[in-house]
Amino acid sequence: MTVSPSLSLAQRLRLWVSRPAGPPAKAVQFDRALTPWAFLVPQLAIVVIFFYWPSAQAVTSSFYLEDPFGFGATFVGLDNYADLSRSNEYRQIAGFTAFFSAVVTALALGLGLLLAVKADKVIRAAGPYKTALISVYAIAPPVAALIGMMLFDLHIGPATQFAALFGYDLRVGIDYWDTAFALIVISVWKQVPYNFIFFLSGLQSVPVSVREAALIDARSGWRRFVDVTLPLLAPTAFFLLIINVTYALFDTFGIIDVIVKDKPANNPMTLVYKVYLDGFKGNDIGGSSAQSVVLMVLVAVLTVVQFRLLERRVHYG
Amino acid sequence: MAGMTLSSVGKTYAGGVQAVSDVSLTIEDGEFIVLVGPSGCGKSTLLRMVAGLEEITAGEVTIGDRIVNRLEPSERDIAMVFQNYALYPHMSVRENMAYGLKNRGTSRAEIEARVTEAARMLELGPYLDRKPRALSGGQRQRVAMGRAIVRQPAAFLFDEPLSNLDAKLRVSMRGEIRKLQRRLGTTSLYVTHDQLEAMTLADRLVVLNGGRIEQVGTPLEVYHRPASTFVASFIGAPAMNLMDAQVAGGRVLLEGVDLGPAGVAEGAVTLGLRAEDLSAAPTGLPVVVDYVEELGASRIVHALAEGQRIAFAHPPEAALSDRMALRVAPGRLHLFDTLSGKRIDRAARVPEVVA
Repeated sequence: MTVSPSLSLAQRLRLWVSRPAGPPAKAVQFDRALTPWAFLVPQLAIVVIFFYWPSAQAVTSSFYLEDPFGFGATFVGLDNYADLSRSNEYRQIAGFTAFFSAVVTALALGLGLLLAVKADKVIRAAGPYKTALISVYAIAPPVAALIGMMLFDLHIGPATQFAALFGYDLRVGIDYWDTAFALIVISVWKQVPYNFIFFLSGLQSVPVSVREAALIDARSGWRRFVDVTLPLLAPTAFFLLIINVTYALFDTFGIIDVIVKDKPANNPMTLVYKVYLDGFKGNDIGGSSAQSVVLMVLVAVLTVVQFRLLERRVHYG
Repeated sequence: MAGMTLSSVGKTYAGGVQAVSDVSLTIEDGEFIVLVGPSGCGKSTLLRMVAGLEEITAGEVTIGDRIVNRLEPSERDIAMVFQNYALYPHMSVRENMAYGLKNRGTSRAEIEARVTEAARMLELGPYLDRKPRALSGGQRQRVAMGRAIVRQPAAFLFDEPLSNLDAKLRVSMRGEIRKLQRRLGTTSLYVTHDQLEAMTLADRLVVLNGGRIEQVGTPLEVYHRPASTFVASFIGAPAMNLMDAQVAGGRVLLEGVDLGPAGVAEGAVTLGLRAEDLSAAPTGLPVVVDYVEELGASRIVHALAEGQRIAFAHPPEAALSDRMALRVAPGRLHLFDTLSGKRIDRAARVPEVVA
């Protein structure tokens, strides 16, 4: 039906309600102009309430200096951003975040791929083997961190005792790099199963006959893997790269929180945890908002770069 | 280039399923051998054992003068063409063909020369830099052939290479494969379930059934002297009529009608009759016409002779009636044992009287 654009929403609604229901002309056409909107509203509401609104709030409050007790806010322009750019601590945390994300992504992808390649070759008892590898994925990040904390406990942790066997005094929660080591181990451990699942299904979608053709063409298993299997896995790997970078940047929050929250100061943390720490522990809403805006821009840039630079080299079957 | 020998080759899968048993075959250098049989007869398994993609659980396979049982597929000096082509989707046509050679350390100039030559032979020149997904089915098939040719192997192995093509393309590719193989003179082992493809391509046919060889022979030998009722019913279209008959007094009797001299022991036999060896006559085997298949150049009439199905060729211009009488061309009676299904050879060639 044609509705003149000058009608008000109420008029449109009335028109919509009063219109007799006729059979739609096509399967994808609705007899009332507002019907499709009615279907879209729940999804749009979720996106608006949980993404656009908070984002807009964050951008707005990043220009204000907020009273810690919520009694008022003063417009300070770009001061919050200027503070950030001058902060040595912030720069140091950004550096650690980059290091942490790179190491976690590389290890989680590498180990996931290695396990998938090995599991793909298992013929007997493949089911239980795969289930064992995948099951870690069912553990929530904070629970994984709790398990990790017990493993790395200063007094009774098996990992600490194991390190002691080699004469190394592993002090997670006290020594900066020891804590970083524990964070990386737990984060990688938590993410490997996810990558494993995707790599395994990616491997299994490589046609058997293509592998067999490679078997006739190349003698070395490593050559076959590099020349044939890996390029065919590239779409999976590219997808996982984006997911893993996002994971390392954001989803490791729960792990970091459990490991560092009750520990003495100067612990390694990522930018996301710093946002939380400054905003909710330090009550510096303005500064923390500025940090989250920076983070938002960073992720946007990262995603664009990944798609521009890498996707060109990905072969989609 | 080399011959190939299979001696008592067998394949038993874990779990005891016997896919291939006791296959012995000597293939001459340059011969085109077609393995034919219904699905599940073990023909693909046999081919894959020669290729090294399946483990050989019994017997020995020799290519040239090397026993290849323990060799990797890449060391067997063979090239394989797969049913779904198995091209590397991320490589161009050129790279697809060159990949095997590159891994064997062939010089760059040599690779270039061989790829160019193969592309010329297969008319793939304009497509060398395309990816497989930008090619039609027939072109992909040719790339798969090209990949096999450039290796200049001791033997080509074909695993139903034409079954993914449409009927028309299949016939023309069939011709191309045959011409190419003649030109290159490379020993070839070709698997198909299509008896027509088998007949037209083969120097010799190997008919397989249940993992065993039923018959080995030239297409005409197999067609005219099938070794068993299985071969008789599998090779040739329409399938050979197989009927219950009697041998009495030295004559073959079908439903009491004398069809000619038998030359075998008295008793029940399975009688095989090709449709084209039967023709309508004023007197002979009485049949009731059931339905007619029009083929254009001829027609196949399906009829019943006292309850037994029989099909015969009939010229399109000749008259048809509900009840007809058939005669058999002299000397065209195939007799098989009723129990084993094996062909019974006549003790002596008796001069035959027209029935």
